[in-house]
Amino acid sequence: MQQSPIVEIKNVAFGYDRARPVLRDVTLAIAPGSVIGIMGQSGCGKTTLLRIIAAQFLPTKGSAQVLGEATSQLDREGLYRMRRKMGMLFQFGALFTDMSVYDNVAFPLREHTALPEDLIHDLVMLKLQAVGLRGARELMPAELSGGMARRVALARSIALDPQLILYDEPFTGLDPISFGVIVRLIRELNDSLGATSIIVTHDVQEALGVVDYVYFMAAGKIIAQGKPDEIRQSREPFVRQFVNGARDGPVPFHYPAPDYAAEFELAGA
Amino acid sequence: MSLAQLREHARGRLERLGNGVTSQVWRLGFASRFLFYMVVHSGTALRRFRLTMAEIYFAGVLSLIIILVSGLFVGMVLALQGYETLQRFGASESLGVLVALSLVRELGPVVAGLLFASRAGSAITAEIGLMKATEQISAMEMMAVDPIARVVAPRFWGGVISMPILAALFSAMGIFGGYLVGVQLIGVDAGAFWSQMQAAVDLRNDIMNGVLKSVVFGIAVTWIAVFEGYDAIPTAEGVSRATTRTVVTSSLAILALDFVLTALMFTGGKSP
Amino acid sequence: MNRSTIDLWVGIFVVLGVAALLFLALKVGNLATFSGGETYNVQARFVNIGGLKIRAPIKSAGVVVGRVADIRFDNESYEALVSMNLDQHYQFPRDTTAKILTSGILGEQYVGLEAGGDGVMLKNGDRVRLTQSAVVLENLISQFLFNKAAEGKDEKK
Repeated sequence: MQQSPIVEIKNVAFGYDRARPVLRDVTLAIAPGSVIGIMGQSGCGKTTLLRIIAAQFLPTKGSAQVLGEATSQLDREGLYRMRRKMGMLFQFGALFTDMSVYDNVAFPLREHTALPEDLIHDLVMLKLQAVGLRGARELMPAELSGGMARRVALARSIALDPQLILYDEPFTGLDPISFGVIVRLIRELNDSLGATSIIVTHDVQEALGVVDYVYFMAAGKIIAQGKPDEIRQSREPFVRQFVNGARDGPVPFHYPAPDYAAEFELAGA
Repeated sequence: MSLAQLREHARGRLERLGNGVTSQVWRLGFASRFLFYMVVHSGTALRRFRLTMAEIYFAGVLSLIIILVSGLFVGMVLALQGYETLQRFGASESLGVLVALSLVRELGPVVAGLLFASRAGSAITAEIGLMKATEQISAMEMMAVDPIARVVAPRFWGGVISMPILAALFSAMGIFGGYLVGVQLIGVDAGAFWSQMQAAVDLRNDIMNGVLKSVVFGIAVTWIAVFEGYDAIPTAEGVSRATTRTVVTSSLAILALDFVLTALMFTGGKSP
Repeated sequence: MNRSTIDLWVGIFVVLGVAALLFLALKVGNLATFSGGETYNVQARFVNIGGLKIRAPIKSAGVVVGRVADIRFDNESYEALVSMNLDQHYQFPRDTTAKILTSGILGEQYVGLEAGGDGVMLKNGDRVRLTQSAVVLENLISQFLFNKAAEGKDEKK
């Protein structure tokens, strides 16, 4: 890990509006070539952190350095330049519904390169082959199952051979087979492209099997981090509750409410 | 309610009203900046004209049926109603004039505009809104493609180009419908029908002004449609609300602009 | 929907639109009689122009030969001064009469020119000397009533 980190987040704070900060004080550094997991409960801020890395939002405090540039210093040109080196997989694929699978994967190539159509054809075939969907090239997104749509979106996000790939909840709602396929693809693509992958998810067990390093978030902060084995053996109460899926722990089962007996106006309550 | 509560209630209502008004004004400013940005970044839409042509197809061609049929019926009704009144003054030969002027000056641009707003305008809003809701807009941004240049601008120019064509077709169909009812059905003299019409309808004052109106309406309706879509809250309810807002706001805008334009253009021939 | 179908339909659409505009311009409007040609200016004085408006047609023998350009009030002679643009192709003698007529009974008013017999023609800037004012309805009615009253008195005698 001697190379400079590909993503460096320092003391970042952010909120969609003033009143409610989503990220309070986040610091992390990601080494190139690794597969990183960011985990936590729904609403802990992990998707927001991903968007900060993707420079969709700028941190209100602290700095975010991605691919060697500070996101808050970028103008529109610089932003688009940086994004051409990144790929992002959205939660449900976000394929363009008015285009076929082929056109979806060809989209970044057509927009950003002046390559002739036959070369684009070859590249699209390569990407689709990598995700196993070369035969589906003429289908429309409406005709695809959830898992297939996500694989096509994956092919599209690697169309320009990015250095950094971001995954926003890639495992949500997948059947076990598609699940296994995506998990393996993430690892294979990362290694064959020599890229870095950041996965935001709350599928603990499966993610622990594929990542090199994990960050745990709660209430806008990173509360635990480490290699998968370290996490599995962690004594930290929150991590234990999360990893074991326990009902009660630092994260309580009951949403704060007044006294139960008082609800029924029992005498002596 | 006590007096204090009543006062609070009233104050709350007034605050909300004030907020409502200021937020509308703010929104109008935002929409104007949006329009300006979109026009400035229309290079892609005009260079890759294929994109705009596809939008002309979706906004214009697919509206053809409703425009042509409505135009025909409006013209026919105009002839029927017009004849009723005109023949009382022995002026039934002016039926052509009545039908043509009503359509070319007012009904063509306005009714075609209203139909366009409800058919194409709502479709554009729903499409952009749904793209936003399914994160397609974000995906495009993440792929370093400006969604306003790639998705919004072609739809805007497609609508602006389609609207005057549709209005002209509406007027033409209406006049044809008026001819069918007036001459063929009722029996007004064909020669008188056309010749009086030609004498009364002026190319510059009436037809050009009508075309100008339809261009203005096209800009207004399409602007509202793309803005509401882009600004929609990305949920099912948000998109449906945005679509409704498009139709309502466009219709009101057309009628208000019609008044302003008519007052400017047709000041009844300057009296000395 | 492949690209060539879209192209075809958009092409048809635009052609239809242009056709509609041409139809409106030619068959509905007065493009055919639209004179973009040269005109010369002639003035005329009227005691009363009635409802004559700017851009009203100037007709001779029923054919449009020009348009009213401007209407002003002469504060010295207390008459209306009408400025007319006549089509260059049509020449009128100096003793032409200009009358303000109404098309139909309730139609709009226009200027009718009746050619005289003079050999010399009107030039740009000339004045038409013989004019007849518009018929004012109120005067007509009061004249009618007056005549009727006079008849009645005659009968009584």
